[in-house]
Amino acid sequence: MPATMTTTSALQSVLARQGHDGTRLMQILRETQEALGWLSPPVLTEIARDIGWPRARVESTAGFYSFFHTRPLGRYRVLWSDNITDRMLGNIDLMQAMCEKLWLEPGRVSEDGLVSVDTTSCTGMCDQGPALLVNYRAVTRMTPRRVEAMVDLIRAETPVAAWPAEWFAVEDNIRRKDILLGNALVPGEALAAALERGAAAMLDEIKRSGLRGRGGAGFGTGLKWEACRDAMGEAHYVICNADEGEPGTFKDRVLLTRYADLVFEGMTIAGHVVGAKKGLLYLRGEYRYLLEPLESVLAARRAAGLLGGNILGQPFDFDIEVHLGAGAYICGEESALIESLEGKPGRPRIRPPFPVTHGYLGQPTTVNNVETLAAACLVAKHGGEWYSKVGTTKSAGSKILSVSGDVERPGIYEYPFGVTVQQVLNDAGIEGCTQAVQVSGPSGVTLGQNELERRIAFEDIPTAGALMVFDCTRDMFEVARNFAHFFAHESCGFCTPCRVGTTVVARLMDKLATGHGSPYDIDEMFKMHRLMQGASHCGLGNSACNPMFDTLNKFRPAYERRLKSLDYEPAFDLDAALSQARQMTGRDDAAAHLANVEES
Amino acid sequence: MADRKLRVATTSLAGCFGCHMSFLDIDERLLDLLELVEFDRSPITDIKHCGPCDLGLVEGGVCNAENVHVLREFRKNCKILVALGACAVNGGLPAQRNHLDLRDILAAVYETEGGLARGARIPNDPELPLPLNQVHPIHEVVKIDYFLPGCPPSADAIWKFLTDLIAGRTPHLGHGLIHYD
Amino acid sequence: MTDNTLPTCLIDGEEVPFTPGQTLIQAATAAGKYIPHLCWHPDFAAHGSCKICTVKADGRFGAACTIEARAGMTVENRTTELDDKRRTLLQLLFVEGNHFCPSCEKSGNCLLQATAYEVGMMSPHFDHFYPDRPVDASHPDVLLDFNRCIMCELCVRASRDVDGKNIFALSGRGIKSHLIVNSESGRIKDTDFSAGDRAAEVCPVGVILKKRVGFAVPIGGRKYDVSPVSAQVGAQAPTREEA
Ligand SMILES: Cc1cc2nc3c(=O)[nH]c(=O)nc-3n(C[C@H](O)[C@H](O)[C@H](O)COP(=O)(O)O)c2cc1C
Ligand code: SF4
Ligand code: SF4
Ligand code: SF4
Repeated sequence: MPATMTTTSALQSVLARQGHDGTRLMQILRETQEALGWLSPPVLTEIARDIGWPRARVESTAGFYSFFHTRPLGRYRVLWSDNITDRMLGNIDLMQAMCEKLWLEPGRVSEDGLVSVDTTSCTGMCDQGPALLVNYRAVTRMTPRRVEAMVDLIRAETPVAAWPAEWFAVEDNIRRKDILLGNALVPGEALAAALERGAAAMLDEIKRSGLRGRGGAGFGTGLKWEACRDAMGEAHYVICNADEGEPGTFKDRVLLTRYADLVFEGMTIAGHVVGAKKGLLYLRGEYRYLLEPLESVLAARRAAGLLGGNILGQPFDFDIEVHLGAGAYICGEESALIESLEGKPGRPRIRPPFPVTHGYLGQPTTVNNVETLAAACLVAKHGGEWYSKVGTTKSAGSKILSVSGDVERPGIYEYPFGVTVQQVLNDAGIEGCTQAVQVSGPSGVTLGQNELERRIAFEDIPTAGALMVFDCTRDMFEVARNFAHFFAHESCGFCTPCRVGTTVVARLMDKLATGHGSPYDIDEMFKMHRLMQGASHCGLGNSACNPMFDTLNKFRPAYERRLKSLDYEPAFDLDAALSQARQMTGRDDAAAHLANVEES
Repeated sequence: MADRKLRVATTSLAGCFGCHMSFLDIDERLLDLLELVEFDRSPITDIKHCGPCDLGLVEGGVCNAENVHVLREFRKNCKILVALGACAVNGGLPAQRNHLDLRDILAAVYETEGGLARGARIPNDPELPLPLNQVHPIHEVVKIDYFLPGCPPSADAIWKFLTDLIAGRTPHLGHGLIHYD
Repeated sequence: MTDNTLPTCLIDGEEVPFTPGQTLIQAATAAGKYIPHLCWHPDFAAHGSCKICTVKADGRFGAACTIEARAGMTVENRTTELDDKRRTLLQLLFVEGNHFCPSCEKSGNCLLQATAYEVGMMSPHFDHFYPDRPVDASHPDVLLDFNRCIMCELCVRASRDVDGKNIFALSGRGIKSHLIVNSESGRIKDTDFSAGDRAAEVCPVGVILKKRVGFAVPIGGRKYDVSPVSAQVGAQAPTREEA
């Protein structure tokens, strides 16, 4: 089946725009899909031929990412964000209502090929959910009325571009500013200060500042930049990690919306320090709507001489490109991110070697979080000494928290490191009693009521920024079950313990949820935790059982009240397993049923 | 365990009796074994229902409602329950139907297959046990204490396994005795 | 030191010499010591995905195929703790696919099966996934039975690095990961795969099978009937005759 004429010309213009360059395969696939609706087998063949890659490798990438489809999924694709915070706001009922009105089952395409409705991992709108993506555009604050109106627009085949603009409004909800969000820098100011210091002196200031990575691991930014700068290579690269996939985290979205200049300026400063000419910002596919605004900020910076050749009149060339991801949480892991930037599936590399020596295209690369790079501007302007005085001794500076769940004012809160969780809760406003706080998302830690005086700091509770609050009416088992499914959905599948283990754990949680669990199943969960924590290839698998482990230790009754009995329970619903035979024989006598619990 | 004979029950669920045949293949050692054990329900006795036993050996996977009842009866009565052979351990050959829809299988076998009498239909006699949607290994239905894989496990493997168990040791099959085929 | 020109590390209490740059599994294999593994093969770059070679090096878990040996490193390998983890990993692989050894041509020559014997895996333990995976019999000389694929990517590496053909790749994500072949139809007959390729020899399990040679060797004479996998360190993967 040859690709048709229109297909070919749309495809050719995408390929030309992307320079027929296989390392840009992610962008090629996304733009092709935006033009053609889906990635058909002949289209993949043509892309492969054009970029000179084996077809299997192109299909391998196309098949890895949730937002690429190798079969048609409808002219309208609706994906409901399915973080626990969306659930608490009623997303499942709304999705069911939408499906009923469209005569659809979740996950299925309507028979006329018009629409499909499904769930997706957290889209980073936890402070304004329930959220969804329609044709990969973010929609916030869904209500029953919006569902109805949306169904009407879909039925009438109204283009998404003509839908009410307020549906696509994304609020910043900045509730507390500190040194970063309250900065008074104008574009170019921090960069000028950095260039004036010179690269080596700037590096010293970063080291003096004590700045540590805000992406979660807290690695010293100065050390990372130094290792990259010292590494031999044909070219050096700066990568800004804007994949922000950890459920409950949305602070990078706000930085990129309101403080894009600061982020790009931090990247430019990093480029100057490590000796890079090129920076790449990897933006999660869920934030597709930010692409054009970010590109216009880049254009303005070029026009102002802050990017491009001879920046600020100095012998320093640097430019930045934005690359979009396509729905894969694992691409937040830095080596998986680099694989993705090279056009491949996002599977974490074997380390060592680390990106600072062998990163993008095998060259020395520093990968930094959005917030880390923005904070570097403060260091450039005010010096390392000044910066290090904010926060605690081991955690210098401030941290931006994304607060969601059962609080009165969800949104963005910036504090000097060392703030207690209780303080954040007080500022965000809580009514009644708080049962638990999930810090740093599903891979972080579940805090119980008696731990709220703990501090946000690398030496106490390190966090990438998420704080999800659960009041006393919430069911902590369902919280953990939601997280278990998140990990099963997002495991990249590379290594055995995580690929199979996350699914085993999600199934165990479902077994408990449907009332078929026993203490044996709880023991199995601990066993999987012990295995996956030591044997997994990357942080995803290593932390995938954290929510089960924490909630089993701190909220065990939430599990125990679901146990069917203290005895071993079958793996499956025995009576339901006779359903097909009953249907085919028309029998419904006593012998055509099985008791799930054995009569004693 | 030595002052009285161990009471042993055996059965075959969705299996082919191959494991039982292999059991009988322990030949003259059977006589030694009979010094130590006596049989409750098993193909070599006439007992229809399993009574209290020390040891139950189950061949075959679970493919229908009756298998579930028998397996539960064994679990209730046997202190130690053993999955004997590949089908009990992982469903075996019968489980290779699991990727097919049971409704399609029943329709094909009883209604649409060539050579069937006209008007043939799926039997619905309440005396017949209904098949399960999928075939399952027995550990997915009741707790199993020990597994002895093999299709069938060799007579030597069965002998080693039983003598270990009877002597109170955790059974251990070394190279040559542990087999999945 | 056993060879005073070479540094040594300590694996299960035994001194093992290594040349700098060697990984633990390379050093162990050269010394005739067995570290259980599936996705590692001496002729190919390390992959590090099956995690069966997980050891404890200086107290930390890691894959022996990706850890460089260092002088004085203390490595735990065949301990109860590690073999327990390996057994669990093997069980996960068995329930993830459809492994019915009695009807598999690879039985007796299969590294997955032999490794499971080695660590005393008596059952798959977990609930079976029974996935619906296809068989591709379209090629005149080779059969692909994806029911048994363990995603080790040895065929991917062999076809890419030795045959220069890129016949195989992994696609999908997570538990939906699956092997694909290099053709628009998705069928192996539409690729330039040939039974003489290195990739046709390298599959450690029963996915890539040559037609008309199955069950040629009787039970008792197959590769791992003769001796356990731990006694065959350094032996090549089964050749055409054996497989
Ligand atoms: C599964 C996984 C997901 C991650 N996701 C992100 C992310 O979304 N954003 C991020 O900055 N770092 C993420 N990280 C951490 C990165 O690997 C890396 O450490 C970080 O980007 C380094 O930047 P920093 O030093 O500025 O923190 C993730 C790590 C793992 C293991
Ligand atoms: S731990 Fe999970 S996400 Fe990480 S490499 Fe392994 S399978 Fe992939
Ligand atoms: S591939 Fe190996 S383990 Fe799987 S069925 Fe075949 S012989 Fe058994
Ligand atoms: S086909 Fe064989 S060699 Fe290829 S990935 Fe699967 S198990 Fe490995």
